[in-house]
Amino acid sequence: MMGEHSSKQYDHDLEAIRSKVLLMGGMVETQFLDAMTCFRIGNIERAERVMREDDAVNQLEVQLDDQCSHLIVRRQPAANDLRTIMATIKVITDLERIGDEATKIARTAKSLHSRGAVTVNHYEMVRTIATATSDMLHDALDAFARNDHNQALQLIAQDAVIDHEFRSIMRNLITFMMEDPRTISAALDTMWVAKAIERIGDHAKNIAEYVIYVVEGRDIRHSKSALTATGAATETKED
Amino acid sequence: MTTNVTMNAQAAAPVARQQSKIIEIKGLNFFYGKTRSLTNVNLDIHEKQVTAFIGPSGCGKSTLLRTLNRMYDLYPGQRAEGTIAYRGRNILDADQDVNMLRAKVGMVFQKPTPFPMSIYDNIAFGVRLYEDLSKGEMDERVEWALKKAALWTEVKDKLGKSGLSLSGGQQQRLCIARGVAVKPDVLLLDEPTSALDPISTSKVEELISELKQDYTIAIVTHNMQQAARCSDYTAYMYLGELVEFGVTDQIFMNPARKETQDYITGRFG
Repeated sequence: MMGEHSSKQYDHDLEAIRSKVLLMGGMVETQFLDAMTCFRIGNIERAERVMREDDAVNQLEVQLDDQCSHLIVRRQPAANDLRTIMATIKVITDLERIGDEATKIARTAKSLHSRGAVTVNHYEMVRTIATATSDMLHDALDAFARNDHNQALQLIAQDAVIDHEFRSIMRNLITFMMEDPRTISAALDTMWVAKAIERIGDHAKNIAEYVIYVVEGRDIRHSKSALTATGAATETKED
Repeated sequence: MTTNVTMNAQAAAPVARQQSKIIEIKGLNFFYGKTRSLTNVNLDIHEKQVTAFIGPSGCGKSTLLRTLNRMYDLYPGQRAEGTIAYRGRNILDADQDVNMLRAKVGMVFQKPTPFPMSIYDNIAFGVRLYEDLSKGEMDERVEWALKKAALWTEVKDKLGKSGLSLSGGQQQRLCIARGVAVKPDVLLLDEPTSALDPISTSKVEELISELKQDYTIAIVTHNMQQAARCSDYTAYMYLGELVEFGVTDQIFMNPARKETQDYITGRFG
């Protein structure tokens, strides 16, 4: 894709960082899937694996930050190299947060199932948002790996769908809780899970935005162009 | 709602772009005998801004700098075609007073070149060529120039000593003081820090940002970080052609041409 540097070591260092980021991406993706499995069928062992994995993800964050600062001090990267490193540092943060959200889901799922406070359709409630988010996370990592800004642009549009879905889940759960107060505990847990999934979608969107920054040099965060590009200009988004 | 603060490369450019152009280069070709070393260079140098020229050895950046005060005139067989308008007047015209031009467009070279005379006379020598100052006025001018070049405190007690007794970094700042003393309009710096240690280098760089309050500066450098640190505009040259010219932040963050990007990221050759 890019020509090689005169310094082979520079290429080697960049490649080492890149593959470690992708490794970290794969780990948080698995964490999320495991957490959702636990939420669905109450597989406690999976939940515990997610929590254990989180330590490894945190360690990778620390290592990668360190590798990035070393690369900056030794190479003073410029232009696309600089943008790649800046984006990588941010992607790492988002990945670590995704790991945290997945851990949250696992913990909630574990507690929900161990209390036996499971309503029949709690997974059905979040199934759509979970699938959409899982696809989005996968595609965001894919776009980052391949520096594909077109794919990234499409992903940003997808986040609006997830946000919309989250609001709809919330309305549904409120109805449940009003109809039968005995579901409140499980409904609240389901809502925390939905919220965590929605946050993972936000982080995946951030990753997509960094891909656009790396490839085009344009920072579209919080900008009108980001909203119009995604056709969501009229949507108001609160966090 | 999120607030709309877009920090893209264009918006981050710190430079007031309505600066007037002091030098306008149009269709410049340069020949060493039969060898063409600059091809159709078009470029504007903005007043009271620092313009950096980068590019690999032999790309023509020093040659371009040397055309700006017709330094090449000193060598037979070298000639320039095209126009270099300095304050609206083409300096390549045969009737251009070259001495007046060089008083207005001063130059500092790669290696420090102090004259084998006292520190004081190093500064006064050039001034005497253009102006007739009294002793007191000359003392003032020497002090002013040395202060401008951030050298005054280091040499004020030994103005009678030879310029050659100074350290390399001090010698280079002495040369800059000499260039400043004749009150030029434009300063051309040809790799002014390549022979200096990092501390002297940062002093000279500091000086460049001081001097641009009053002067227009063009600097040739092999050190890309230096260009990024010191300049407002950057020109990338390759094989005698101007490949890309633009606001420095833009060139180093997101250059328009792939050739520029390959060079500044070290993917060259």
